[in-house]
Amino acid sequence: MSQHPVTLTVNGETRSADVPARLTLVDFLRETLNLTGTHAGCEHGVCGACTVLMDGEPVRSCLLFAVQADGAQIVTVEGLAPDAEGLSVLQDSFCEVHALQCGFCTPGMLIAAHALLTRNPDPSDADIREAIGGNLCRCTGYKQIVEAVALAARRLRGANEPAPRERSHGG
Amino acid sequence: MKAVDFDYQRPAGLSETCALLAEGGGEAKIIAGGQTLVPLLVMRLARPALLIDINRIAELQGIAESGDAVEIRACTSQARALADRVVRRRLPLLAKALSFVGHAQTRNRGTIGGSLANADPAAEIGLAALALDAELSSRSARGARTIAIGQFFVSPLVTALAAEECLTAVRFPAWRADGRIGSGFQETSIRRSDFALVAAAAQLALDKSGVCTRIAISLGGAGATPVRLTAVEQALVGGKLGDGALATAEKLAQDNLDASGDIHASAAHRRRIAGALVARAVAEARDAALAEPA
Repeated sequence: MSQHPVTLTVNGETRSADVPARLTLVDFLRETLNLTGTHAGCEHGVCGACTVLMDGEPVRSCLLFAVQADGAQIVTVEGLAPDAEGLSVLQDSFCEVHALQCGFCTPGMLIAAHALLTRNPDPSDADIREAIGGNLCRCTGYKQIVEAVALAARRLRGANEPAPRERSHGG
Repeated sequence: MKAVDFDYQRPAGLSETCALLAEGGGEAKIIAGGQTLVPLLVMRLARPALLIDINRIAELQGIAESGDAVEIRACTSQARALADRVVRRRLPLLAKALSFVGHAQTRNRGTIGGSLANADPAAEIGLAALALDAELSSRSARGARTIAIGQFFVSPLVTALAAEECLTAVRFPAWRADGRIGSGFQETSIRRSDFALVAAAAQLALDKSGVCTRIAISLGGAGATPVRLTAVEQALVGGKLGDGALATAEKLAQDNLDASGDIHASAAHRRRIAGALVARAVAEARDAALAEPA
């Protein structure tokens, strides 16, 4: 079996391993690195559950061999939260509006939506639908997912506004 | 589903790629973006002994504009081409076609050359290339050659490229500025971004009085390869593109089409869609041309 050394950055950490050429990136993440947040769904590029960021752009990690990602910067769903306990604004918005039921598609949805919000802070519903167009969800009917992304966008835009001035007391 | 074991090489340049291809005989396969090849590998429909990864070769990346053409090198990603200002300005038909190609995730990895070399009959990039009379460049250990797009598509997933040849670039000749130019791209699929049941591409030029001086129409998804609709082109050139001309285009497109049926759509259904889409693509191109400054 042909083995190849790979070194890539996953969620900010440098990870190295010798991998067989046929090992997909999703299997590398889940089985070699134990990062099981990225889900393996259809494993042939249809469902989008395995979406990760590669050098800042969303890609399907089942349509990529780990050896092809040598040297790349990868961000998985585990890398979205600001710390081990917390949730990102986007993740929290998914909870807030019940944008998941079984949760299988959620990691891919979050990555696709995160990529959208990174380049477009004020997306229309059509922009959101286009951005998650490559991700299948069989529970929600997508409506709450679109709502969650729109809510996260609103919250994130608000975070950049100056804090309202404190009301003066006693005039 | 896991791929059969294979060896992997990432050559630094084209010469090394060609040497590996020549050595490998039919057992070596090129991988660029891999968005079609990887599913074939994991489903074990393809079992190459060696994958040659050309995706990072610098001489296969980029978009270059000259006076008489735009050249897109083979491993330029579909996302990069779609976002490119030169493509949007000089090749609006390709830009329109690219927005129908897969999803953001697959366009980020999928390449222009990879789609052409894969030769799926429903693929949008090949359809635009056919309408625009593109020329393909390839290299092998024996040398370089150019292939006209009209000679390139042989049958589903089969092209004029030999096993030891590597597609290096696609060149889109500029349309001479003989009037206002417009383009249209129309597609019907079961869901957005699914494979096209039928897709139609049109580019045309209108003179000052709105008479069509040049037109190219191609149709994909209906048969074994994308086709140019020369009968429709000949019927429309030299006239204005009103409702009568569009009705003629619709009828001729249906009547002259060698359509095939499958579980998604019968041949008769595809013919009807083809007629409607050709008329819409021509109307879209006409309106785009009319919106240009005279």
